[in-house]
Amino acid sequence: MKDMSVALKFIPLDHYVLLCIILFSIGVLGVLYRRNTIIIIMCIELMLNSVNLLLTAFSVYHSDPTGQIFVFFIMVVAAAEVAVGLAILVMMKRNIDSVDINLLSRLKW
Amino acid sequence: MRLEDFLLMRHELLLTLIAIIILIAEIFTDDFKKQGIRPLSIILMAIVTIVGFLPAPTGTLFGGMYQATDMRLMMKNILNIGALIVFIQSASWLKSDDNQNKVSEFFLLLISTLIGMNFMISSGDFLMFYLGLELATIPIAALAAYDRYSNKSSEAGIKLILISALSSGILLYGISMIYGTVGSVYFDKVSVAYGATPLQIMSFIFFFTGMAFKISIVPFHLWTADVYEGAPVNVTSYLSVVSKGAAVFIFSIMLVTVFQNIAAMWKDVMWITAAITMTLGNLFAMRQNNLKRFLAFSSISQAGFIMLGIIGGSELGMAAVVYYILVYIFSNLGAFGVIAAISNASGGKENMSDYDGLYKTNPALSLTLTLALFSLAGIPPVAGFFGKFFLFTAVAEKGYWWLLTIAVLNTIISLYYYLLPVKAMFINKAETSIAYFKSDGWTKVGLIICVAGMVIVGFASVIFEYIRTLSFGL
Repeated sequence: MKDMSVALKFIPLDHYVLLCIILFSIGVLGVLYRRNTIIIIMCIELMLNSVNLLLTAFSVYHSDPTGQIFVFFIMVVAAAEVAVGLAILVMMKRNIDSVDINLLSRLKW
Repeated sequence: MRLEDFLLMRHELLLTLIAIIILIAEIFTDDFKKQGIRPLSIILMAIVTIVGFLPAPTGTLFGGMYQATDMRLMMKNILNIGALIVFIQSASWLKSDDNQNKVSEFFLLLISTLIGMNFMISSGDFLMFYLGLELATIPIAALAAYDRYSNKSSEAGIKLILISALSSGILLYGISMIYGTVGSVYFDKVSVAYGATPLQIMSFIFFFTGMAFKISIVPFHLWTADVYEGAPVNVTSYLSVVSKGAAVFIFSIMLVTVFQNIAAMWKDVMWITAAITMTLGNLFAMRQNNLKRFLAFSSISQAGFIMLGIIGGSELGMAAVVYYILVYIFSNLGAFGVIAAISNASGGKENMSDYDGLYKTNPALSLTLTLALFSLAGIPPVAGFFGKFFLFTAVAEKGYWWLLTIAVLNTIISLYYYLLPVKAMFINKAETSIAYFKSDGWTKVGLIICVAGMVIVGFASVIFEYIRTLSFGL
């Protein structure tokens, strides 16, 4: 574990932060631009994973395990979120026979 | 940790106990006896609500992760009251043919969201806060999609789950940066070490955005009306009152305690968003015809008013926020209760034009709706007036005169559209208004509680004074 954290610290923290910003931005842009609900859920997962990476990096640099514990909880919650999301998606597919969110405009002003 | 320390968590433990009892009842009842679960859940919830008011010790648990102060217990009690009223109001709706075989699911999901909210309000660190928040939002999406064969309901469900997942992603990004800059996720450590370095300001912006989605503050409010319209009426009422109330409570606690070092900065942000939220919510509410959408936009503008108390930031401001949520629970649930009763009795009539001439056919329901709308607008005899008055006092005390002017102007605008349904019911003539119908006992009880709450909370100044004495130690 000691060697591991030394090895991880070989890469400067800035690089982790930059990578996470890029991953997070890809996720947000995906949510905004893609029309397929499954891909939107994937993009949200990407956002959460960038957060996980950031937490782990900070955790190593602080030599404090809290961040890594946090990551486990985020993974669990993300799985639960996707389970409910996919269940609703199946229901939507049955009702309107599509997973394209452009069709979800019945409720508009 | 001693055994009696668990007494601090009594709200959460009791709610978990109810959830387990309902689960067992669900397993051991036949399909044609499922209706018995409705009175069972309501009675259990009533017991929990009453037990919550009994005096109990305060303190912290799990090394500061869980905090039970008098104020937080009061907030939980207020949410319990709201949930109890929603339970009572939904009883007649759950009796209909479509919902007969999924009664216990409704109560189970609702109780699990309530457990999540209670944990969220009691949280002392970001991990507990995040877990509570997710427990409070994920089951709500399943509830919004409760009508399995309705297109609108599935649309509301998918919109709610996508938006809540996106907003928690943004929120978590903020939390991770807070952790990165401070090196701890405990509120008391963060509040000391939090400064105004660029990364910390950015983390606050992400955090604020994530919470703004949950409370539906204006730039992030677009999901609200769609979800509120698509979801079943009783779920909408829960979403607009209890859910929003819990998010407001924890948001105000965190702004005042965790982010106290940058108070000058978040007050500016809140100033602008509160002004925009009130104004846009009102302007959009004016042009709505569907009453659920109408109340959705009204709840957006109410969120703007609630933010006034947070901006005040004083002990009076906090008390005003909590008091206003209490009033708001009674008034909004009163309005939603009438809409739900009419929608159930008339086969889904929810438009304002359907309410023409309602006073002639159903005078009691129209009077209740009128009283609730008056309370939301803040017209003197009912509690809404006092709630708004305290919020305005909290802002005026700190000298935010321009914000106060905008708020008062918005109250005047809101009077116009809150009176539109009243005009439809009392003045408009209609050839075929909704026929007279007799509501069942549960609906009546729910509405009577709401009306009594609106009147009593307004006149009994003891309640506000009591909340105010609590608000010293958040």
